Amino acid sequence: MLGGLQKLGHWGLGVLERLGRGHLFLFRVLMSLGTAVTRPRLVIKELYSVGVLSLLIIAVSGLFVGMVLGYQGYITLVNFGAEEALGSVVALSLVRELGPVITALLFAGRAGSALSAEIGLMKTTEQLSGMEMMAVDPVKRVILPRFVAAFISLPLLAAIFSAVAVMGGYFIGVGLLGVDGGSYWSQMQANVDFYEDVMNGIIKSLVFGFVVAWIAVFEGYDTVPTSEGVSRSTTRTVVHSALAVLALDFILTGLMFGDI
Amino acid sequence: MTTRTIEITVGIFVALGVAALFMLAMQVSNISEYRNSDGYTVSAYFTNIGGLKVRAPVTVSGVRVGRVTAIRYDPERYQARVEITIGAAHDYLPTDTQASIFTAGLLGEQYIALEPGGEDEVLAQGGEIHYTQSAFVLEQIIGRIMVNMTTN
Repeated sequence: MLGGLQKLGHWGLGVLERLGRGHLFLFRVLMSLGTAVTRPRLVIKELYSVGVLSLLIIAVSGLFVGMVLGYQGYITLVNFGAEEALGSVVALSLVRELGPVITALLFAGRAGSALSAEIGLMKTTEQLSGMEMMAVDPVKRVILPRFVAAFISLPLLAAIFSAVAVMGGYFIGVGLLGVDGGSYWSQMQANVDFYEDVMNGIIKSLVFGFVVAWIAVFEGYDTVPTSEGVSRSTTRTVVHSALAVLALDFILTGLMFGDI
Repeated sequence: MTTRTIEITVGIFVALGVAALFMLAMQVSNISEYRNSDGYTVSAYFTNIGGLKVRAPVTVSGVRVGRVTAIRYDPERYQARVEITIGAAHDYLPTDTQASIFTAGLLGEQYIALEPGGEDEVLAQGGEIHYTQSAFVLEQIIGRIMVNMTTN
């Protein structure tokens, strides 16, 4: 009984400690944000490995998600004779929810895990302490460019995802199932509001970008310096990012659209 | 991979992202309406606006000329006051234009249809549309038919 309580307390303290370290680490990263401005080349190099290399999976997933939405939306709407509304169904679900959320989940799997593994391995092979020995701040030199690159990439990728998926829905709805192309776009424009829907989607992807980037670099930096520790922190990055994104999506949706 | 190619691909990536945002703004959403929002605002009083909502379209002969920008209840006239913003290009509507609330499509989106009158003077900023026709409320019509049938 007491042993169980002690375990629970130990676990709770561990969680709190990690949370505290995570916030202190975030504070340190944000404090050194100036490096991203003075040395933009570091960020550009990371933008390539984090953003450009994720482009293909995001675009292909977006195409398939859009095509599935086109099918499902059509199958449901045709029962009500309202298949012209397909455009607004596809666009609203993408811009408000699926675009930012699926992109964040894919991004955590594709880029977040890679970031954690890379930083974790750097720590395990003592490259980070080596840098400190040479009076190079590893937070400025290694962590910050990756954090900034991930934060910038995610909103851009989410926008690309939504745009490609809208085209995918168009291919299926208009090209294959015979919805009128004009009403696909006009219904979309009539029902999607720029500030209410598109901007809120962008805000969501910015928040997700911040959180996923934070979790990825922190898990890497905080890894236990063994091969098992690196594998665990990679797993944790994906799991915690997914949970954080889905929970934050619920909260953000409540804040943005709840007061209707 | 040289630094130059990396920088070029990153440039392409950022350009693609911005282009996607631009497409979402221009092609998917209604920002083009916000862009040419310069126009003049007139008001109209309706006894019943039914399900009319802010941003509902305002049409003349089915052609969209503006949108509803505000709806509130006027406690002095005991009527709903609807403010309509009409595009600056449509400055030819006479002062005796009639405004009616109609329903479009099966799903019941409501809009305001304007019917130009015969006056020489035209509506301008702050003007008022005097001739209005309220929304069609199904229950009232059914009630009236029931009353007619029972009295006969």
